[in-house]
Amino acid sequence: MSIDAASLRASSAAARPRGRGRRSTPASIGLHGALIIASLIAVFPVFWVVVVSFKPDAKAIEATPSLFNDSSLDNYTDVLSGAKGSFLAWFGNSVLIAALTTVLGVLLAATTAYALSRFRFPGRHWLLLSFLIVQMFPFAVLIVPLYNILLELGLQGSALGLVLVYCSTAIPFCTFMLKGYFDGIPADIDEAGRVDGLSPLGVFWRLVLPLARPGLAVTGFYSFIVAWSEVAFASAFLSAADESKTLAVGLQVFVQQNRAEWGHLAAASVLVAIPAVIVFYAVQRFLVSGLAAGSVKG
Amino acid sequence: MRNFLARYWFGYAMVLPVVAVLALLVVLPLLQGVYFGFTDINDTNIANPVLDREARYSFVGWDNYLNVLSGSAAFGSFWATLVRTVIWTFACVVCHYGIGLGLAMLLNRRMRGRGVYRVLLILPWAVPVFISAFAWRYLLNADYGLFNWVLETLGLPGQVWLGQSDLALVSVIVVNVWLGVPFMMVALLGGLQAIPSDLYEAAEMDGATPWQRFANVTMPGLRPVSSSVVLLGVIWTFNMFPVIYLITGNNPHTRILVTYAFERFFSGATRDYAIASTYGVLILSVLLVFAAIYRRAMARQGEEL
Repeated sequence: MSIDAASLRASSAAARPRGRGRRSTPASIGLHGALIIASLIAVFPVFWVVVVSFKPDAKAIEATPSLFNDSSLDNYTDVLSGAKGSFLAWFGNSVLIAALTTVLGVLLAATTAYALSRFRFPGRHWLLLSFLIVQMFPFAVLIVPLYNILLELGLQGSALGLVLVYCSTAIPFCTFMLKGYFDGIPADIDEAGRVDGLSPLGVFWRLVLPLARPGLAVTGFYSFIVAWSEVAFASAFLSAADESKTLAVGLQVFVQQNRAEWGHLAAASVLVAIPAVIVFYAVQRFLVSGLAAGSVKG
Repeated sequence: MRNFLARYWFGYAMVLPVVAVLALLVVLPLLQGVYFGFTDINDTNIANPVLDREARYSFVGWDNYLNVLSGSAAFGSFWATLVRTVIWTFACVVCHYGIGLGLAMLLNRRMRGRGVYRVLLILPWAVPVFISAFAWRYLLNADYGLFNWVLETLGLPGQVWLGQSDLALVSVIVVNVWLGVPFMMVALLGGLQAIPSDLYEAAEMDGATPWQRFANVTMPGLRPVSSSVVLLGVIWTFNMFPVIYLITGNNPHTRILVTYAFERFFSGATRDYAIASTYGVLILSVLLVFAAIYRRAMARQGEEL
């Protein structure tokens, strides 16, 4: 094998901004000005939740907003100590469910996408089309039939059942994205691998998957976010016991019971957002190239 | 047959798990949902294994569809809701695409701090929707929200952003635009980077103005990406339930088809599963018709989706 994975990836995915000489100063100011304003709009609502999360509940609803107002870490200690519901148990459930969904979803989507990209088997077009149609049905209306099916399978109320449901929502989009990404990896690589004695599965696992890392990062991120922030299925399919809730469900209950406690709510929200933002930050450099390949060939 | 399997077994084996999961958790429930649309099923007559109760719902033919399609207010004023759903989808997707494309073009230039801008601009995508919804409800609150404070400081009257008026629809559209721009921006940025730079150089040699370069190089180069993200965007926005549900709840001024299906599904003592399923089938039909027309229009322009 003489193909260097790193160089191949760099050439297929490297950002190539086009430069046309130097920009004039007013143009530069305009460019940065527009981007700074857009960034502020993007970040401000999130920033404001962080600001509120340090304020006591009573100060959070004063008509004149301020950055600091008796700010302290009290809200965070209350939330983490479990004074507002078993936050840490919810957190653990969410991590488990989101992690399983990500791993299982990406793995299943990758195998399917690889088959769709490399093998011309009968029914292939039909399968691709059905992935598009699956996106169209309002998933939430499936709750009752899904409930019955999970009950039959003995998965109702279990984390595994919820993971499978999330996978079925995430897989169609992920498969589309990954198929586009695999299409961009030359089939010569597969053949070279076969010549060197790898099994078909070995080619997929040792050659193609490592090359598709940006695409895998995007689909992993997508599956994670789906599982981390979904509310409707989680409230329908997990048992009602407080310890088995996910964060999204727990926080909804929290909102309903403590309508005025904006400070505590904000603190809980920040804690929930942190893992999502960490995952996002880890994959963000792959996002542009990964998503692009998928949608070009989608 | 043997030959057939020998040739394709590996492809089928790799596809099988996903087909099995989707058949079990999507197709089967979907068929059951279609069937529910022809019955009078609700929470009082569905089989309940916990209470050990048999199903007692009965087949009612096309009654649900006739009721819903009559547009009666008791069944969610279907046609008015459909119009609102179309307005919502159109407004959101146009803004997503326009703003996303603008930002992608700005980000596609060589400049200082590019990576930082990109991270900040994608952030709304990374934050879970229920948290963004909470943030916006707080900002838009009529009594202590920041928006009204700014307006009042400027001497303008504060607004009830999320009240019982069409202003609420504008507010949820703004929130959804804020949420959806990053996806479009990232997808289009990737598309821009895939356009070979020699095309721009050639256009510049020929004396093309910036506008001509945009219209004749950028837009055609983006078409494959655009056509798929716009289709996906329309499908997702049409079915976008959490944003509206978490921000304005059951407000009839922000009701779209999906949120009404949910309203029937979750609210009231009887939980009308039959009408919710009927709405589900109608939503699917509308989207299928749209996708068919859209694909044909794209095919005419030489794009295969």
